[in-house]
Amino acid sequence: MSATPSPIGALAPEGGALIARPKSAGKGRKVPVSQRVTRIAILAIVLGYLILPLLAMLEFSTRGDVDPVTKQATRSLQSYAAIFSYPNLVDGIVASLQIAVLTVVGMLLLLVPTMVWTVVRVPRMRRVVEFLCLLPLAIPAIVIVVGIAPIYRWMGQSLGAVGGSPLTLAFIDIILVLPYSYRAIDAGLRAIDTATLSDAARSLGAGWPRTILQVIVPNIRGGILSASVLAIALVLGEFTISSLLSFNTVQVVIYLLGKRDPFVSVAVSLAALVFAFVLLFVISRFAPGADRRAQQTAEEPA
Amino acid sequence: MTDTPASMPAPSSSATAGPAPRGAGQGRFKGAGNYLALIPFHAYVGLFLILPTLFVVVGAFSDGSGQFTLDNFRTMFTTDVFIESFVKSLQLAAITALLGAVFGSLLAWAVVRGDPQGLLRQLVIAASGVLAQFGGVMLAFAFLATFGFNGLITVIMKNSFGIRLDMSWLYSMTGLAIVYTYFQIPLMVIVFLPSLDGLRQEWYDASASLGGGAWSFWRNVGGPILAPSFLGALLLLFTNAFSAYATAQALISQGCVLITQQIACQMSSEVVLGQENVGKAMAFGMIVIVSGVMAVYALVQRRASRWVK
Repeated sequence: MSATPSPIGALAPEGGALIARPKSAGKGRKVPVSQRVTRIAILAIVLGYLILPLLAMLEFSTRGDVDPVTKQATRSLQSYAAIFSYPNLVDGIVASLQIAVLTVVGMLLLLVPTMVWTVVRVPRMRRVVEFLCLLPLAIPAIVIVVGIAPIYRWMGQSLGAVGGSPLTLAFIDIILVLPYSYRAIDAGLRAIDTATLSDAARSLGAGWPRTILQVIVPNIRGGILSASVLAIALVLGEFTISSLLSFNTVQVVIYLLGKRDPFVSVAVSLAALVFAFVLLFVISRFAPGADRRAQQTAEEPA
Repeated sequence: MTDTPASMPAPSSSATAGPAPRGAGQGRFKGAGNYLALIPFHAYVGLFLILPTLFVVVGAFSDGSGQFTLDNFRTMFTTDVFIESFVKSLQLAAITALLGAVFGSLLAWAVVRGDPQGLLRQLVIAASGVLAQFGGVMLAFAFLATFGFNGLITVIMKNSFGIRLDMSWLYSMTGLAIVYTYFQIPLMVIVFLPSLDGLRQEWYDASASLGGGAWSFWRNVGGPILAPSFLGALLLLFTNAFSAYATAQALISQGCVLITQQIACQMSSEVVLGQENVGKAMAFGMIVIVSGVMAVYALVQRRASRWVK
């Protein structure tokens, strides 16, 4: 399901490279020439394979009409401009963005208090919460759809417009993002002494809402940011569930449009990939512990 | 809990400790009250994850009127197209997991050997995150733009070399394998890179100071240490490909080739009377396979974490 984005990487040690921070590797050592050559060859071949289809997307989506005079193919951005001439596509983008916002808010409301609580008050439940958060990895999205379709059919029939809205997808997406978000927030909570912080806040008279909002949250904002960005990326790429429940999210519209106007479909796809890339690249600089690690590395004797 | 911060003050670390300074007036019920705060989370997961899964499991063992039956499994195991879908999905998952693991670990190694704060590393990790986990539909379109009937390579070969390539392989199992490998490699990078980071410089140096070259290092030190992580990553990649639906659907929209597509077909089309729940039986089969692989993964991971911390 990386196809539909599977959160499977989140099961890797420390939540995978997206969440784990680099250990300080030895720098300034001599690298044998043979190793350097091997390294460059691997980079060239594997990165080449990964980059070629992206370049093809760029080329494909910028094709213009054939020039009537020179008979040469021209370049144009008309496929990108045409995105806005498909109301379904615009609606799909808007719906997906709204679902993403709802998913992030719901995920944070569900996870942050629960996780803080398990750390501070009921540590023995930490394993249980972790297990439940990682459980979606063992249950493929297609299976969740099969099981949840009756619930959605019921919601659509008995809850009127609200029940039939694509925004209800946020309920399932919150489940799908749990493994990612859990790992990211967990990394944030591990980087601080949550128990002492909350004891300090409580002994100064803060209630739980205030302790969490004004003391804990500001200290784990890196983890919260990672969790939110991963959730947004996952929601914007989600296809399996929205397609089978017949909701027109952006991926479903891209898929349907692909049969009619592949140029516009490829243009939107590339734009979405670039958007997600920028998001992830930005969090790689703000991820939990990023500053601390950098400091640590700097302080280490050479 | 080994992961409880060591500096945690004793009273707050145990829910069952006697009257603590805070929570005055709750007395001995404090412990139970602590658990009540977890109810919203459990209720939510129960409603939107456990309940749907139970529907699938119960449905797999029920007939159209809700009576217990094993007929769904009998149908599943005796219908050629269903068995074929399972086999194709398993083959595709195995092949692309292997290809992705090999090339992904090579790429991860090449990245790790570079500057840990460098641009290359950050670019590759962010790009891997996007390609591995963002959107299968879009990746299918990327390959259509490359090798499709109007794709970049097809057009270049035709215009520049006059060669008309037969690109119909893209819409077959071969095409699926190539596109799947495209997202398996980045996933391998994400999963495997932290383990490679855990290889300490001292181990290279120790091996080198004893006269070991690159080959002997990987054969005697690096290989054995990374083997469990590699195997674990391989299993993750396998379940990832096995559960995938979007890419296959975008590339081969006609027909129900893979098991995920087969389940989708069962969901969306009119099914034969008496076979209403065969799709649930197949979904149950997927749960069994994926959870089984994940259980092995958990065992392997425990071993992997011995050295790579």
